[in-house]
Amino acid sequence: MIQKRSQQIYIAFYTIIRKEIIRFMRIWSQTLLPPVITMSLYFLIFGKLVGSQIQSISGYSYMQYIVPGLVMMAIMTNAYANTSTSFFGAKFSKSIEEILVAPVPSYVILVGFMLGGTIRGLLVGFLVILISLFFTHLHIYNIWIVLAMAILASMLFSLGGLINGIFAKKFDDVSFIPTFVLMPLTYLGGVFYSVKQLPDFWRTVSTFNPILNIVDTFRFGILGISDVNVYFGFTMVGTLFIILLTWCLIMLKRGTGMRT
Amino acid sequence: MHALSVKNLTKQYSNGLVALKGINLEVEKGDFFALLGQNGAGKSTTIGIICSLVNKSSGSVSVFGHDIDKELDAAKLCIGVVPQEMNFNPFEKISHIIINQAGYYGVPRKIAEQRTEYYFKKLGLWEKRNNAALRLSGGMKRRLMIARALVTKPRLLMLDEPTAGVDIELRHMLWEFLTELNAQGTTIILTTHYLEEAEHLCKNVAIIDNGEIIEHANMKSFINRLDTQTMILDLASPLRDIPENLKYPCRLIDEVTLEIKVSKHHSLNMLFDTLTKNNINITSLRNKTNRLEELFIDLIANNKIQSENES
Repeated sequence: MIQKRSQQIYIAFYTIIRKEIIRFMRIWSQTLLPPVITMSLYFLIFGKLVGSQIQSISGYSYMQYIVPGLVMMAIMTNAYANTSTSFFGAKFSKSIEEILVAPVPSYVILVGFMLGGTIRGLLVGFLVILISLFFTHLHIYNIWIVLAMAILASMLFSLGGLINGIFAKKFDDVSFIPTFVLMPLTYLGGVFYSVKQLPDFWRTVSTFNPILNIVDTFRFGILGISDVNVYFGFTMVGTLFIILLTWCLIMLKRGTGMRT
Repeated sequence: MHALSVKNLTKQYSNGLVALKGINLEVEKGDFFALLGQNGAGKSTTIGIICSLVNKSSGSVSVFGHDIDKELDAAKLCIGVVPQEMNFNPFEKISHIIINQAGYYGVPRKIAEQRTEYYFKKLGLWEKRNNAALRLSGGMKRRLMIARALVTKPRLLMLDEPTAGVDIELRHMLWEFLTELNAQGTTIILTTHYLEEAEHLCKNVAIIDNGEIIEHANMKSFINRLDTQTMILDLASPLRDIPENLKYPCRLIDEVTLEIKVSKHHSLNMLFDTLTKNNINITSLRNKTNRLEELFIDLIANNKIQSENES
């Protein structure tokens, strides 16, 4: 009986993941292509045209310096967008009821949606790395740090998107957080500059920006340079991950935004 | 063990609306059960709570002995639900909708594909299997939701107005299909506004009004309570005045249409004799409303009067 139940749960989990992957692959021109084009423009304009006028940072050209940040930016925004739009879309079309009436445990719904977003984030990140190779050469300093932070950050932002999707009541609510919270934090998160260039006060404030910790830890994995402590970065992101995971699970169990 | 047992079920929404005021309901295994009520009476809330789309305020619900508070997953495994409103992703292929639903219930993909083919063929959707749901007609979307509910082989099928807005031919096809399904052992709970549908299909009936069950009975014995039936007679020749010795309460709708109330204690032969004696020839007759509808309207009206008197 226990084995039968675990098999049922596995099939339900596989179904959610498969459905999520098919969803974003079916609309690849809206999910995969735009970030690749946007990042290519960033590489071209900021990296090649503007970057050629900027002196090297910690021994790396400006183009090499911004590649890890832009890759991570693509991972984070796409992981977030995937779960927020997919979950809100399911609520909007009421197809979320297909899962709610089924014997699917809340943690399976949570992990299923989260991994859907994670896979899209990582896939987009991989495509952006490939594109970046047309503009510069990269040698990875520590592959394990790169993989660990890419996976952790995409899972974290998938959870963020899921929370957004749970609370969203209209389409405007889905774009509010990315536009007014995530984008400013990303631009202030050391993607395009080193926080060492900032005055002391703002440098200290910046260290509490999780996106700076994610970007710089990821940059450390690729280039071997960082403005933040890598252990602090992992601890901060790991802690946030556990908090969001718990929050999501509680809301899914309660049926927040789904059950009346 | 009942297929469904609902005890003292209440629901108050966050806006203060009390949708259910402590309803009790029991549905036998293998039953074809009608849950009737006006719009906003509490039918969909009841179904929503049973299939865990709505949180109850208090009370208990058991499905085949599985209490939804203690064994929710076991209860869910027994239930298939066809909601009133469309609730699928309109951009998804319809075969994927069904196979995914089976997947959420832990049905292996191969079996899900076989069942999808079976129900799609049975419900006339096979040719459309590769279409996105938005390309289906309204009737096809209803059938899609029925196929989705059945792919998990539920022991209890709940249909919330499944024939709303579908044409007569399709409605009859669905009636046949549901009768066959019930004969195979599936317990069915049906909510509908088409009372002839409930009378035709269901063995037992409950009427819910204003969040309360005001009737819970066997369909035949319930129908038998009807004292009078109102008949509409089409006359062969025009009639200007109603003959005085026609002892039935009646009125002329127009010169060739007569409305007449017939007590269940009078046979139709007696009515025909009286009409013949009065030189009234009829070409056809029909019930003004469905028998269940007459009872339903009376019951709701009486309940309203009673509620007003109490308040």
